[in-house]
Amino acid sequence: METKTIKNESKNTKTTERIPGSEAVVRCLLEEGVEVLYGYPGGAIMPVYDELYKYQDKIHHVLSRHEQGAAHAAQGYARISGKVGVAIATSGPGATNLITGIADAQIDSTPLVCITGQVGSHLLGSDAFQETDIVGISTPVTKWNHQITKASEIPEVFAKAFYIAKSGRPGPVLIDITKDAQFEEFDFKYQKCKGVRSYTPVPKTDETSLKAAAELINNAKKPLIVWGQGVILGKAEAEFKAVIEKAGIPSAWTILGASAIPTSHPLNVGMVGMHGNYGPNVLTNECDVLIAIGMRFDDRVTGNLATYAKQAKIVHFEIDPAEIDKNVKTDVAVLGDAKASLKDLLPLLNANSHTDWHQKFKDLYKIEYDKVIKNDLHPTKEGLTMGEVLKEINSQTKGEAAIVSDVGQHQMIACRYAEFNKTKSNITSGGLGTMGFALPAAIGAKMAAPDREVVMIAGDGGYQMNIQELGTIFQQKVPVKIVVLNNEFLGMVRQWQQLFFDKRYASTEMVNPDFVAIAKGYHIDAKKVSERKDLKEAVKEMIDCEGPYFLEVRVEKEDNVFPMIPTGASVSDIRLE
Amino acid sequence: MSTENKQFTVSIYTENNIGLLNRISAIFQRRHMNIESLNTSPSEIEGVSRFTLVVNITESQMKKVIGQIEKQVEVIKAYYHTEGEIIYQESCIFKMKSDLLFDERQIQNIIKESNARIVTVNKQFFVIEKSGRKEEIDLLYRELNVFGIMQFTRSGRVAVTKDEMKISTMLEAFQH
Ligand SMILES: Cc1ncc(C[n+]2csc(CCOP(=O)(O)OP(=O)(O)O)c2C)c(N)n1
Ligand SMILES: [Mg+2]
Repeated sequence: METKTIKNESKNTKTTERIPGSEAVVRCLLEEGVEVLYGYPGGAIMPVYDELYKYQDKIHHVLSRHEQGAAHAAQGYARISGKVGVAIATSGPGATNLITGIADAQIDSTPLVCITGQVGSHLLGSDAFQETDIVGISTPVTKWNHQITKASEIPEVFAKAFYIAKSGRPGPVLIDITKDAQFEEFDFKYQKCKGVRSYTPVPKTDETSLKAAAELINNAKKPLIVWGQGVILGKAEAEFKAVIEKAGIPSAWTILGASAIPTSHPLNVGMVGMHGNYGPNVLTNECDVLIAIGMRFDDRVTGNLATYAKQAKIVHFEIDPAEIDKNVKTDVAVLGDAKASLKDLLPLLNANSHTDWHQKFKDLYKIEYDKVIKNDLHPTKEGLTMGEVLKEINSQTKGEAAIVSDVGQHQMIACRYAEFNKTKSNITSGGLGTMGFALPAAIGAKMAAPDREVVMIAGDGGYQMNIQELGTIFQQKVPVKIVVLNNEFLGMVRQWQQLFFDKRYASTEMVNPDFVAIAKGYHIDAKKVSERKDLKEAVKEMIDCEGPYFLEVRVEKEDNVFPMIPTGASVSDIRLE
Repeated sequence: MSTENKQFTVSIYTENNIGLLNRISAIFQRRHMNIESLNTSPSEIEGVSRFTLVVNITESQMKKVIGQIEKQVEVIKAYYHTEGEIIYQESCIFKMKSDLLFDERQIQNIIKESNARIVTVNKQFFVIEKSGRKEEIDLLYRELNVFGIMQFTRSGRVAVTKDEMKISTMLEAFQH
């Protein structure tokens, strides 16, 4: 490898040992503190699996039922723990099956190290059996990737991979290792990586911009904070809370920012974006200073950019310089790590309460409550709503659960109504919107945080995209709680068909199997609920269950998620019905 | 900021890495942008490569793309420049029938006036080389094309900036 890296010479300096590349791979993982990895074996990675067998008392390999499941499980592990998730697969189809998870991790800034086997180096480019150019394929969806053809490269490449995955704005990296490099013996010695010459993980925070930001915030009459996952990834929750409490600023979150402060915090005014709350969306176009913290102005958050917060001065706290002015032109950009920047910002801020401004959020909440929330959480109609299921889960888990949601209507409902008391509790596929994410991600989350209640919530569609991971849950005895909100539709797409395609329900109606029987087939306790009177007891049985549990809830078939900003509309044109 | 397309020359200092060209070109491809010309070579700093690209995009697009390029782990620094900020050259080679050299007197003059150079002559063909700005090469092409060109190729642009690039100081800051 040509790149200059800084090596940590301290405690890891040992005399060398002669071992094969395959063993070196496992030793590297141990050096990086990896306890669990998710994967699936095959020809080109068999030497590494042989070593995983020998080292099984030191490192736990979880056999998924599909490599996509392994990648999402590694993501769930990383999202709840803040540690690097590790996935491993064979060459060819094994490697390509990882791609959706890698792309998901890239857009949601999740630290992953993915390891793939490759055909022998003498066969590269010969269209050998199960040869695929995974380095080429993964390039646009990885933060970094590398192909190893010599065993001696293994320690340095692994050290660099872990460093890159977790430093700065995290992301997935992929290491492809030819089979001959796995067999080759070399003198193993591991040194952790402390820096890469061409890579600045955290840009320097400029004091002038920090002061300019403080001045704008101090002079604001109607400031609004929108925070994203940067607060969580930067472990800046406490600093963030101190800032908003001192300055008294109403604060709204993007989906990935959810749970950084408790849902019940008085300054938490809810979610922004397409199905976010009425108040923060409407008032985005009324605030005088918009302070974005660790978020990237995704189009699902901003709606039409031409009419997004045009009246406001924009302050952007961000670790990734490429995000500055990418979608929204900023007035003040504060580059750097959220934790450090917010800590330095705090003493520069004046104490404030913005009572009148805050009242506006409360007034709009009242409107949203009467039009939408009341009917979602306390329905009077016969059919069950997704919202009331969430409400029941909230009350029985006391807001302590991590909610792992899939993609669709149930996801929006979960994000809107789940109550969070702890950070890193909203695990969902935000940027890529990957159906099939939740079930495997819940496995990883539960394994990383065995003391936490992990409740997976999926739709009948997305659940079936990685339903095979029930096998992993069964084999590993992972006590996740699996909730399927069954509306017998690809509900979110059906909602759009109803609203924008004159109710032509093209291929969105689902004819579903007996989900309870399937769960039971994997020896997982399971129940189905179709009536309101049985809901509470069923959720209780699920929460009380020591092992994994499957609960199907039949919900109203054609409910819609509101509020909604139609595509191309302005955030302030959000519809309540 | 102007919404009109302009010609920009992009200089990218990088570690010498196998996959990097792919990473950089993917950034343009993903945004449906055409790379007009591309050159890779060693730079003035040992072990550091330099990519020189020419693109026709708006300045705001250019700024965003530079951000995406610099974000790549193995990119040390990327710059973009307008035509006035750089000195550049392109190079081209023509292969033509040898008879023309004797039958068509003007060819000798064209070669002389355009500061081109004859690289080799044999019985069948001769080869002309010319380095210069894009317009000069375009002109020479038009003039020679009248007589029939057997083969023609031109290189990507190479460029240096009029102002200093503080790349060496940046690299010194990295302690080994
Ligand atoms: C892999 C993938 N394919 C397609 C989509 C497009 N899509 C978004 S939501 C949705 C419907 C999801 O249906 P279901 O899982 O039943 O959830 P519901 O909306 O009914 O709650 C679809 C098809 C997607 N997000 N991901
Ligand atoms: Mg559904």
